[in-house]
Amino acid sequence: MTDKPDEKVDEKAAGQAKDESDDKTDANKAARPAEERNLEAAKDATGTGSGVEQPAPEQSPENVPAPTGEVRAVGVRHGMFGTSGTGDTSGYGGLVAAKIFPAPSQKPYGGWFDEVSGALEARLEATELTSAVESVVVHRGEITFHVRREDLPFVAQMLRDDEALRFELCSGVSGVHYPDDTGRELHAVYHFTSMTHNRRIRVEVSVPDSDPHVPSLVSIYPTLDWHERETYDMFGLIFDGHPALTRVLMPDDWPGHPQRKDYPLGGIPVEYKGGSIPPPDQRRSYN
Amino acid sequence: MSSDTSQQQDLYAAPGETSQGRVFTVTGQDWDSITQSIGESAEERVVVNMGPQHPSTHGVLRLILELEGETVTEARCGIGYLHTGIEKNMEYRSWVQGTTFCTRMDYLSPFYNEATYALGVERLLDIEDDIPEKAQVMRVLLMELNRISSHLVAIATGGMEIGALTVMTIGFRERELVLDLFELITGLRMNHAFIRPGGVAQDLPPGALDEIRDFTALMKKRLPEYAALCNANPIFKGRLEGVGHLDLAGCLALGITGPVLRSTGYAWDLRKTQPYCGYEDYDFEVQTWDTSDSYGRFRIRLNEMWESLKIVEQCADRLAGLEGAPVMVADKKIAWPSQLAIGSDGMGNSLDHIRHIMGESMEALIHHFKLVTEGFRVPAGQAYVPVESPRGELGAHVVSDGGTRPFRAHFRDPSFTNLQATSVMSEGGMVADVIVAIASIDPVMGGVDR
Repeated sequence: MTDKPDEKVDEKAAGQAKDESDDKTDANKAARPAEERNLEAAKDATGTGSGVEQPAPEQSPENVPAPTGEVRAVGVRHGMFGTSGTGDTSGYGGLVAAKIFPAPSQKPYGGWFDEVSGALEARLEATELTSAVESVVVHRGEITFHVRREDLPFVAQMLRDDEALRFELCSGVSGVHYPDDTGRELHAVYHFTSMTHNRRIRVEVSVPDSDPHVPSLVSIYPTLDWHERETYDMFGLIFDGHPALTRVLMPDDWPGHPQRKDYPLGGIPVEYKGGSIPPPDQRRSYN
Repeated sequence: MSSDTSQQQDLYAAPGETSQGRVFTVTGQDWDSITQSIGESAEERVVVNMGPQHPSTHGVLRLILELEGETVTEARCGIGYLHTGIEKNMEYRSWVQGTTFCTRMDYLSPFYNEATYALGVERLLDIEDDIPEKAQVMRVLLMELNRISSHLVAIATGGMEIGALTVMTIGFRERELVLDLFELITGLRMNHAFIRPGGVAQDLPPGALDEIRDFTALMKKRLPEYAALCNANPIFKGRLEGVGHLDLAGCLALGITGPVLRSTGYAWDLRKTQPYCGYEDYDFEVQTWDTSDSYGRFRIRLNEMWESLKIVEQCADRLAGLEGAPVMVADKKIAWPSQLAIGSDGMGNSLDHIRHIMGESMEALIHHFKLVTEGFRVPAGQAYVPVESPRGELGAHVVSDGGTRPFRAHFRDPSFTNLQATSVMSEGGMVADVIVAIASIDPVMGGVDR
């Protein structure tokens, strides 16, 4: 790993912590110097810094399996056992590690990925929508197109109809809630299959929590009817243009959107032989 | 609404909710009282609520049918009665424990739920090429046995719903044989949690291959019974042929996969087109039919059971040469440390392993404790590795943030997607054909609602 990506992580993670400290507790402010120290230390451990080179234990949290190439940090992970304060005497409570996701890839992406992205780009350039695709991530042999939400219907239409693309089958949309990804907390993830070319791609749209609107694709892929309803039901993503965006799995009068990260799992403490076991989301656990 | 009926309290609708028409609550009482009260009505249009507790709706599926006489003018599904929050729950358990949750979704094909989840996690861990051959063969073996048992239930319940009770009894008879094999190999008849990230939980028990060979030999005698009972049966054909028609364009628009898609003549099967678990090494044919109707789907399921038997035999032959081979990835940071063994009081932790961690090696104890309580970390990213389940494309969208628990696991269940075809398959047809059309989709509500 070169110096450059490391610095990028450092900056971004620090920026992330700054953002968080605005709206969260003061604990973050206290943790910030520790975090910076930790990232410095991590830099030393990779051998790029001036420090002594030392082999790092594989499973410790500050050494999340090394990502290849560039990285993108989304939030940080504090401690190791899910506790803070005096309950944790292990010393691990002060650990801070950035959550690092695979970052955008650069061309060439390799194999048929370039054919797909080339065909899509040609279409977008023809309509002066060159910025519709924000970034492309190639990770573990799968390609993800991050698409600007207002251009999603056009991109989907092209994916379905263009001869070089021909993604006839949409396998549905799945919501993901990243509370730490400021300004793009809610992601809608679509999987498309081209049966003609036997290819599979992923399209991801990110929207802020404060404005959770995504254009509906039901008119292009009717199969998304229930899938969009489920994503609305579970995440509160509003698909504009859906013929009847109502809950599909939860009862109609259910408050809240259960699969968001800020929605509690629920459950009651279970007592057994004098001991009390808290529900799963309140138990001490590794993080 | 007459004053008499409005006085009666309707348990299912608050005042004002039923502003139009009269409401009849049918709960198994004498039909005469209902027909008498309808008798005078000139109106032909009736909205019938069927389910969610109705034996012909495949579990807790609710149908809202608008009828003109006996013709369905509009059909809608109400789902969600079996939603158990499995995806949410998985976010609060370790990656390995996730298997025990997702196996419970589509309860008729549990191995497929486990397989697609395990394949997704393995892709994120980047250990896809490290899975031992024996684990892959055992996965294929279990999945194909599972395809047989699942198709048997589809045919059995589908037959029962149109009155062919013998098809039901022999279907469940043969399924029991498959469940016995599952019990022998995994210890459980369902909810196995056997296919895990990294491999499978346990090696084949002694004698399993003989049992599998006995089973395939027996099934070769039993499967022709279904063909003899149904294939040319005029009543059976009369009920199924031309019912639930959906052509290729309709299937692709609605995202329908599996036997329904193949009944249009399109040979799309992920085992052939995008092989996983080493399916490219097996000799089998993708079954299609060209009628796009319920009868074609029945014949496809019947033929697919023969193909599955072929694959099971090939698996048994390969497993015979793999005795003693590992069934879990060699990386000790991922593989479950403990091995099970049969003791005097049933199956439990192997005493050798207990002796090792408690008496011989402190390091082994720490390792066991860390891996069982904390689990392993999965690099951040997302993966989607679908498999061809008996009902179509089943895929787990697995997202990790680099932690010890799934950040998000979403299952694209084929039952959920295929059930959207209910309205196009049944509108314009007779009300009795709605049941046949839904049976040909073969939805499993545990998978639909998750």
